[in-house]
Amino acid sequence: MSAERKREILGFAVAVAIVAALPVVTRSAYWLSIGVFIALHGIVAIGLGLLLGYAGQVSLGQAAFYGMGAYGSAILTLHLGCNPWLAMGAAAVATGLIAYVIGVPTLKLHGHYLAMATLGIGIIVRILFNEGGHITGGPSGLPAVPNLAIGGFAFDNDLRMYCLAWPIVFLQVVFSRNLLRSRLGRALRAIHDSEIAARSCAINTAKAKVMVFVLSAVYASVAGSLYAHWVNFVNPHPFSFPFSLELVVMVMVGGAASIWGPLIGAAALTIIDQSLLQLGHVFPIAEDLDIVLFGIIVVLVLLFMPRGLVRGLSSQEAERRAG
Amino acid sequence: MSLAELLQYLVTGVTVGSVYGLVALGFTIIYNATGIINFAQGEFVVLGGLIFYSLYVAAHLPLVAALVLAVAAVALIGVLMERLTIRPLINSPVVTLIIITVGVSVLLRGAAKLIWGPEALPVPPFSGEHSLFVGSVAVHLQYLWVLGLTVLAVVGLRLFFDHTIVGKAMQACAINSEAAQLAGISVSRMVQGSFALSAALSALAGIVICPITLASYDGGALLALKGFCGTIIGGLGNGLGAVMGGVIIGILEKLGIGFAPQGYAGYQDAFAFVVLLLMLFIRPSGLFGRQRTEGI
Repeated sequence: MSAERKREILGFAVAVAIVAALPVVTRSAYWLSIGVFIALHGIVAIGLGLLLGYAGQVSLGQAAFYGMGAYGSAILTLHLGCNPWLAMGAAAVATGLIAYVIGVPTLKLHGHYLAMATLGIGIIVRILFNEGGHITGGPSGLPAVPNLAIGGFAFDNDLRMYCLAWPIVFLQVVFSRNLLRSRLGRALRAIHDSEIAARSCAINTAKAKVMVFVLSAVYASVAGSLYAHWVNFVNPHPFSFPFSLELVVMVMVGGAASIWGPLIGAAALTIIDQSLLQLGHVFPIAEDLDIVLFGIIVVLVLLFMPRGLVRGLSSQEAERRAG
Repeated sequence: MSLAELLQYLVTGVTVGSVYGLVALGFTIIYNATGIINFAQGEFVVLGGLIFYSLYVAAHLPLVAALVLAVAAVALIGVLMERLTIRPLINSPVVTLIIITVGVSVLLRGAAKLIWGPEALPVPPFSGEHSLFVGSVAVHLQYLWVLGLTVLAVVGLRLFFDHTIVGKAMQACAINSEAAQLAGISVSRMVQGSFALSAALSALAGIVICPITLASYDGGALLALKGFCGTIIGGLGNGLGAVMGGVIIGILEKLGIGFAPQGYAGYQDAFAFVVLLLMLFIRPSGLFGRQRTEGI
C-alpha cells in the first residue's frame, strides 16, 4: 500500500470519526441541525469544487439547482403524490437535463459565458419560484413536504437526517475521488494544465466540462431534495443569488482542487454564518455583517492563499519541510 | 395596444435601455483591457446612485457638483479595486480573476448595506416632476436627462478613444497588450485607467437612473446582468454594439411588459435573461459581431 493511499484512508477515517462523534457528544437539536446543514452545503460545494478546480469554470447559479431539487421534490410529492425517493430522483434527472441544455452551448464557447448563463438561470428560477402561483406557492412557498422514509422508518428529526445526509456525503466523496481517477478525471486534469494540449491528445474538452457541470447540478439537486424533505417546507428565499455566492466562497476558502477542500469550506462558512446569526440577536448589526465578511474572506483567500485552506496549508507545510 | 401606448413603452424602453447600455459599455472597457468579466460592475452603478444620494439629497450640494463628485468617487473605487485585487493576481487563471471580482462585488454590496441601510432611498428628479408631451406620449424630464447624458458620454468616449493619446494607448492595449508594451505604453496604467473609466460610466448610469428607480444597495446584480445581456447582444468587446445591445434589451423588456397578459408583469426581469440565453445558444458572437465559436 503506497504512502499516498495510506494517507487517503487515514484522512477518510478521521473525517468519518469526527462526523460520527458529534451525535455522541451532543444530542442538541441546534448542533445536529448545523451538522445537517454542513452536509447539505458540502454536497453542493463538492460538486462546485469539481467544476471550479478541475474544469476551470465557475457556476453562479448553483443555488438555483439546489432550489430545483427542493421544489422538484416538494411539487412532485405534494401535487402528484409521488414517493419522496422517486421525487428526489426525478428532480435530479430534470435538473441534470436543464444543466445539460445550458452547458452544451456555453461551454463550447471560449471563456466564461457559463458564469453569466448560470447567473441568468439563477435569476429566472428565482422568479419562477416567486411567480409560480399555486404550483410553487408563490413567495410564501409550499408547506408540509413529506419526510423521506424507509418502510415505516421516517427520517423525521435532526438526528435521523444527520445519519442519512452524512453517509451520502461520504459516498459522494468516494465517488468523486474515483471519478477523478477515471478517464474523465484524467481528461479534466489535462484540460486544467493546458486545454490546447488536451485537445491535441484527442480529448473532447467541451464534453468533459459539460459532464462535470451536469454532475455538479445533480449533486446540488440531491442536496436540495434532502433539504426539502428535512425542513418539510420550501420557499424561494434560500435559493437566491447570495447563496450561490456563498457556495463559491465555500469552495474557494476550502480549496477547489481537492475533494475535502469544499467540504471544509462548507463547514467553516456554515459555522460563521450561524455564529453571525446568533450574534445578531445581541448586536443587530452582526446580521448585516455577513455579506461584507464573505466578500472580505474571498478577496483575502484569493490574494494570499489562492489554492484555499487545504492546499494552502499543505503547500506551506511542504515549503517548511523543504526549507 | 394603441400606437400611443406602443410609443410610450418605446420611450421608457429606450431610457432604461440606455442605462443598460452604459453598464454594457463599462463591461466592454474592462473586458477589452483585461479579458475579465467584471462582476462588480453593477455595484459601481449602485454606489454611484447611493453616493449621489448622500451628496445631493443629504448634503444639499448643487446638482452638477454632486454628480461630478459621485462619479469621481466611484472612479476612485474602481482604481482601488484594480490596484488592490486585480493587479496582484493579473497572471492568475481568468477564472480566479472573475471570482475575485465576484468577491469585490459582495464586499461592496455588503459595505453599501452597512452604510446606507437596506431601505431604497428616494432621489428627486433633476428637473422636478414635469413631463414633456409629444402628442399623447408623456416624456418625463428625467428621461431626457438619462438620454442626454448617455449620448454625451458615448460621444465623449468616442472622441477620447479616437483623438487623445491616452485613448489611443488604451485601444492599443486592448488590441494587443504585448505590442503596446513594446511601443512604450504602460499597460498596467492603462488597465487602471480602464477600471476608472468603466467605474465612472457605470456610476453615471446609477446617478441618472436613481430618481426613476430609487437608490438601493441590492439593485446591482440585476443591472449588471442586464448590462451584460447588452454586451452579449452587441458582441463581447464591441463598445458601440454594447450600447445598442443595452438599448435593445431595454426596449424588449418594456414591450414585453406591454404585451404580457395581466398578472405576468412579475416576469419582466426574467425576460432579459431569456434573451441572454437565447443569444448564447444561437449567436454568441452577438448581433454585430463575427462568428467565433470553438467547435465541440
